[in-house]
Amino acid sequence: MNYSDWVLEALLILPLVAAAALLLRPEREAKYLALVATLAEFLVSVPLWWAYDASSAAMQFAVARPWIANWGIWLRLGVDGISLFMVLLTTFTMPLAVLGSWNYIKERQRAYYALLLVLTTGMLGVFLALDLFVFYVFWEVMLIPMYFLIGVWGGPRRLYAAIKFFVFTFVGSLLMLVAILWIFYHVGQATGTYSFAYDHILANIGVTQPWAFWLFGAFFLAFAIKVPMFPFHTWLPDAHVEAPTAGSVILAGILLKMGTYGFLRFALPFYPDVAFSPMVVNVVVLLALIGIIYGGLVAMVQPDFKKLVAYSSVAHLGFVMLGIWALTLQSVEGAIIIMISHGISTGALFFLAGMLYERRHTREIAAFGGLAKVVPVLATVLTVVALSSIGLPGTNGFVGEFLVLLGSFGEYPWATVVAATGVIVAAMYLLRALQRIIYNKLDKPENEGLPDLSRRELAVLIPLVVCILWIGLYPRPFLKRIEASSRALVEQVRGEPPAIEVQHAEVAAPGVER
Amino acid sequence: MGPQIDLSGPGGLVLAVLPELVLAGWSIVLLLVVAWRHKTEGDQRFIGQLAVAGLVVTLGVVLGFWVRDVSPAGHEAWIALDRFRYLTDTIFLLGAALAALLSLGYLGRERVHVPEFYLLLLFATVGMMFMGGSTNLVLIFLGLELMSVCIYVLAGIDRRSVFAAEASLKYFLLGAFASGFLLYGIALIYGATGTTDLTLIYARITALGLESNTMLLVGTGLLLVGFAFKVAAVPFHMWTPDVYDGAPTPITAFMAAAVKAAAFAALIRVLLQGLGPADVVWTEIVWWLAAITMVVGNLIALVQRHVKRMLAYSSIGHAGYLLAAVAAGTEFGAAAFLFYVLAYTLMTVGAFAVLAAIGRRGEREVRVDDLNGLAKHRPWMAAAMTIFMLSLLGFPGTAGFIGKWFILSAAIQAGQGSLAIILVASTVISAGFYLPIIMAMYMKPPASEAAHEGAALVGASRWIVAALAVCLLLFGVWPNRVLDAARQGTEDLKPSVMMTVAR
Repeated sequence: MNYSDWVLEALLILPLVAAAALLLRPEREAKYLALVATLAEFLVSVPLWWAYDASSAAMQFAVARPWIANWGIWLRLGVDGISLFMVLLTTFTMPLAVLGSWNYIKERQRAYYALLLVLTTGMLGVFLALDLFVFYVFWEVMLIPMYFLIGVWGGPRRLYAAIKFFVFTFVGSLLMLVAILWIFYHVGQATGTYSFAYDHILANIGVTQPWAFWLFGAFFLAFAIKVPMFPFHTWLPDAHVEAPTAGSVILAGILLKMGTYGFLRFALPFYPDVAFSPMVVNVVVLLALIGIIYGGLVAMVQPDFKKLVAYSSVAHLGFVMLGIWALTLQSVEGAIIIMISHGISTGALFFLAGMLYERRHTREIAAFGGLAKVVPVLATVLTVVALSSIGLPGTNGFVGEFLVLLGSFGEYPWATVVAATGVIVAAMYLLRALQRIIYNKLDKPENEGLPDLSRRELAVLIPLVVCILWIGLYPRPFLKRIEASSRALVEQVRGEPPAIEVQHAEVAAPGVER
Repeated sequence: MGPQIDLSGPGGLVLAVLPELVLAGWSIVLLLVVAWRHKTEGDQRFIGQLAVAGLVVTLGVVLGFWVRDVSPAGHEAWIALDRFRYLTDTIFLLGAALAALLSLGYLGRERVHVPEFYLLLLFATVGMMFMGGSTNLVLIFLGLELMSVCIYVLAGIDRRSVFAAEASLKYFLLGAFASGFLLYGIALIYGATGTTDLTLIYARITALGLESNTMLLVGTGLLLVGFAFKVAAVPFHMWTPDVYDGAPTPITAFMAAAVKAAAFAALIRVLLQGLGPADVVWTEIVWWLAAITMVVGNLIALVQRHVKRMLAYSSIGHAGYLLAAVAAGTEFGAAAFLFYVLAYTLMTVGAFAVLAAIGRRGEREVRVDDLNGLAKHRPWMAAAMTIFMLSLLGFPGTAGFIGKWFILSAAIQAGQGSLAIILVASTVISAGFYLPIIMAMYMKPPASEAAHEGAALVGASRWIVAALAVCLLLFGVWPNRVLDAARQGTEDLKPSVMMTVAR
């Protein structure tokens, strides 16, 4: 059997089997088993990098198995340039998340690691699903492990954060369920084939045009809450701050991307006319800008390092939204690159916040100062990661934000100008935090005896730093794999070949009707 | 095509009601057994076991009918021979058997010594089977009364409990009132169509153009009010919380699941098979009932502090979901009802069983806070309760989700998108009371080390809870067979056009 035939199913099944095995073994073996399982999962997924045909925009490694076949529900899976890196990001993050929880999680380890594994399946399922029903099931199922991770192993306000996270996501996704069923029936009635298959629905989505606005709205709400876009973001700081370190890393690194992925995969291709009607464009761009600026400004005044990082996510995802809605090849590629690099950089920042917390049992920025002398390695890593989050050239953050700004300028010049100032805001809050944590004077005696990074912690951080530099210095392998699918998406959504190569960018005047 | 039974003669009729006869006969024999053996606790358990055996035997007969696909030869009079009847019978028998099994340990623990308990349960089940299986309004009414009278007594079976007495009396008074409405409705429908036979009603409404006949409409309205009382639809739900709260927990589970299912089964049969041509009128009414019931039931459940009362109100919400399936007014909606009511029976009986185990003596008093830290001491019990709660919430991976998806599909297929949105909105509300239970069990520390010492699932109830949880997950992940059965079960529910023309 070929690798491409079994890999996607194996990716979904392996963590579940591992979770079951883990529950049957004694408590002390739990974390080792989890590490082995997540590493195995990563190794299984790595050949996707080479096996993926970058020249094709089609779904690859496709699988279709009957599930509730009489009802048009098949387990349809596949990977394209948009989902490829989301899958790899997930499998890459999970072993690190296990390692990062190594000493932090002391109670009920079995349940904890089993939930992490179930969560892996849930997240991968969302990115792999090519059947709307299957997509919805994974989208929801993933809520429960996260709810428990926050609620059981979280910080002092964990109950509030957990239920808020759950209810926010639940509201959006249930309306999406109604929309999915609505589309299913109308497409079925029009074509005679009742099927939840993505291709089938995409090809015949035209029959739901009379309700396009409302259906788009349902998808929009579900995804916008997940991203999160500005007025829906309030669950994010609570959930991120209260979650255990690995939970925050997964939330920021992967879960938020499910929202932007949903826009790219479903909302835009289904209803391009609504998505790019002037009103929706204005609203989305405005909300994206508010997210960028407001997220940055709020991050600036946070005394708590973890909260600062949480709000910085709102800003970064604002860039992604802007890039998606600009809908040029560059901006979409940039948006996907930001999705990847935000997962890496913000994940690393949350890990570092957790490591600082484990050392000092506080996350107050003011409690630190002058750490560069005490823990030079940690300080170096923190500096590199923070700079990448700001978007310093040479790091991953720069590549994505640059592409988004470049690609968006032709479409929304003023919005792009405002968004660019967001980069400055990011520099302000992160550099200030960096200064107060690492530099300044070493004026607190508690900070003097802190241990530097252990080998385990280095094992968590080094892969992340390598990726930061890799994407920053040589993003071509990534862009190459993203390009074909992004181009296809842009063409499909615009309904025309994208005339927006870089050199033509200035041709498109502001406010041009699509 | 399986064997056919000619329903025009007495021989055929007797054969057609064989399942009901078996159960009724068994109950009467059991009555004699009770007369000889009713002294000790052991006797009571023995009666209970015999009752369960009777239910299983009857289930066997029903399944025999189902597997051989028995169908009527010619006109269907008095009793239906269709899959809808066999499926609903299966659900009632299942619900009754689960209630009886839970009662085995429960009655002993509560020191309720009334061996007739099981007899009443069996007679109530016979009534239900007539409700779901009959095609004649009079027989449906008789079945309903047989069931109701038994349930009135069962609700107050614990003679020493003031609350049980209150529950029984309230249920009796309001139930009698509802029966009056129902009977008046039946009378008016008879007046309009000259018959109480459902298929004939269907034919005459079509043939004589009675769709907007005032007498028929008023009759339909009164009929709906009567059924709305029985299924506890808002605004006819006032009795539910007190009755559910005061009744012994296995009986509460029985009422919430099987009794409600029986009333719904009769309602669906009457509406689709009899009043089908007048559906413009009743879908509208049922639409509103469904919308109000879902929202109000879930909203009131939100502010409850006691678990049993919360489950009582939430069962009103679930009645609303079932009404949404009815409101679709299609066979697809009826299929959605069948699947959902099966899932609902499993999860609600499971939730009440766990509650009974936690409550020890006096589960009326169990608050949500009393579940704090249950997962630490009783991990399996907490895990099962989590599955029940997630299923009640309609979360993917459980049968509750598939059921909800089915109902939503039926609503959307019938063009009732707004009802679907109300349904999901009330589901969101319901997260507000199902999640805190999970939260209490897993995320809050127990009040004391000894807090859950007495909480234990003993004897049969342990296996029941485990089996229910496994079934819910199984039907949530692999519902194919049940879905197909539900769909086939409703295929022949509406009288076919040919039959109507022929008459």
